[in-house]
This record gives sequence, C-alpha cells and structure tokens, in this order.
Amino acid sequence: MSGTYDRGAVEDFGRWREFQPGMWAWIFHKFTGWVLVGYLFTHIAVLSTATASDPTVYTNTLQGLEELLIVRVLEVGLLSVAVFHILNGVRLLFVDLGFGLENQDKSFYASLVVTAAIVVASVPTFLAGV
Amino acid sequence: MAQHYSSFERGGVKWLFQRLTAVFLIGVLAFHFFLLHFVNHAADITFMGTQARMSQVGYFATMWLFLVTATFHGVNGVYNALVNQGLSGGAKKAVGAVLTLASIALIVQGTRVALAMTDLL
Repeated sequence: MSGTYDRGAVEDFGRWREFQPGMWAWIFHKFTGWVLVGYLFTHIAVLSTATASDPTVYTNTLQGLEELLIVRVLEVGLLSVAVFHILNGVRLLFVDLGFGLENQDKSFYASLVVTAAIVVASVPTFLAGV
Repeated sequence: MAQHYSSFERGGVKWLFQRLTAVFLIGVLAFHFFLLHFVNHAADITFMGTQARMSQVGYFATMWLFLVTATFHGVNGVYNALVNQGLSGGAKKAVGAVLTLASIALIVQGTRVALAMTDLL
C-alpha cells in the first residue's frame, strides 16, 4: 500500500464498530491467549495442592471438582477457548508463511464455525454424570 | 510509503520460538484435552491412573515439554501484548523481569508436581 493514513491505535477498542474480520481475529486470539495462560498458572496451582500430601487427596480433589456443574460448564468454556486459539493459531501460521492471505477473513470465519461445531459436539461428554 | 509500525525485533529469536512452540502446542494441547476429557473422562481420573501415565518416560517427557513450551508461549504472548499496548522503557524491563521470574517459578513448581505424580524417583 502506498501513501500514509491515520490507522489510529490498534488497541483502540472503542472503534469496534469499524473492525474488520482480521481485527476480530486479533482480539479473540488475545482474549483466548490471556485465558489460557491464566488457566495454566491456576492448573499448576491446583495440582500442587492436590499432590502435596497422600494420593487420596489428589483423587478426592479432582473428583470433588468434577461433581460441580459450574466446573463442567467452565470446562466447556476452556475447551472453546483452547479450540479457537488452536484453529486461529494454525490460520496465523499460514498468514505468517504468506499462504492464503487473500482468504484470511474466510479462514477466520472457518475457525469460528469449526470451534462451534467441536464445542457443541463435546457438550454431552463434558456434562455426563454430573 | 506507508507508515512503518512494528514491535518486531530484528534478529530476535523470540519471534521464531513463539511460532515453533505454537506448532508443538497445537498437537500437544489437543492431545492433552482429548486424552483427559474424552479417552479418560475427567471425573474418573484417579491418582493411580495419573501415576501410571506419568511414570512412562515418553509421556512424562511430553508433559514436561508441554509445561515448558506452554509457559514460554503464554508468558511471551502476555509480554508481546503489553508491548503492543505501548509498554516501554523502565516499565518494559520491570515487566520483563517479573514475567521471567514467574515463568521460572511455574516451570520449577510444575516440574515438582510432575515428579510427585510419578514413581520414577
């Protein structure tokens, strides 16, 4: 592109009505990334307390958590966040390699649709036995 | 010429590592989720089952590499997001130092947890 233009701040979320698909992909990737790294620290913290003493504490901690409906719902949320981050991450690797740049908006929509399909299909597995 | 805007650091290896860890994590995160939610239902996980898996050297090594690569990818991603937000100067150095320490702490504690799950030692 030639010529200059005022692109404004990339981080100016107040302009969300003007956002193109690529911008939404960027925002969703950031958001899901923050959730996943937050979960990573939490996950190790929970496993740390669960493995601090005898083996029954570990089993009881995990099975106790799994009895809570809210935990099952949050797991579905984590799955959707992880699946989107993975699929959009594959899309980003292709963008970085310069493949399919002209279809980057369609591949973002595809990431959303496939994420939704996988998550919906997984709900029965995640909610079984609660 | 278009205005040049970039937080890309020329000659840096972190950009490459962010992508190399991404490729690894795509497979291992999917494997981790699939194994512990679909093959083994999360509600049926017991210490005995976990210990049997973690005591296999190949599985242990995969999970430990998962810990290290996910920590790098996640924490470096947070750092990049903050740099994109305009973090610079002393604050950038301070945040970098805090995030580095947090990463080291997570990897050390994660390794301790991983070892506690095995009968390898």
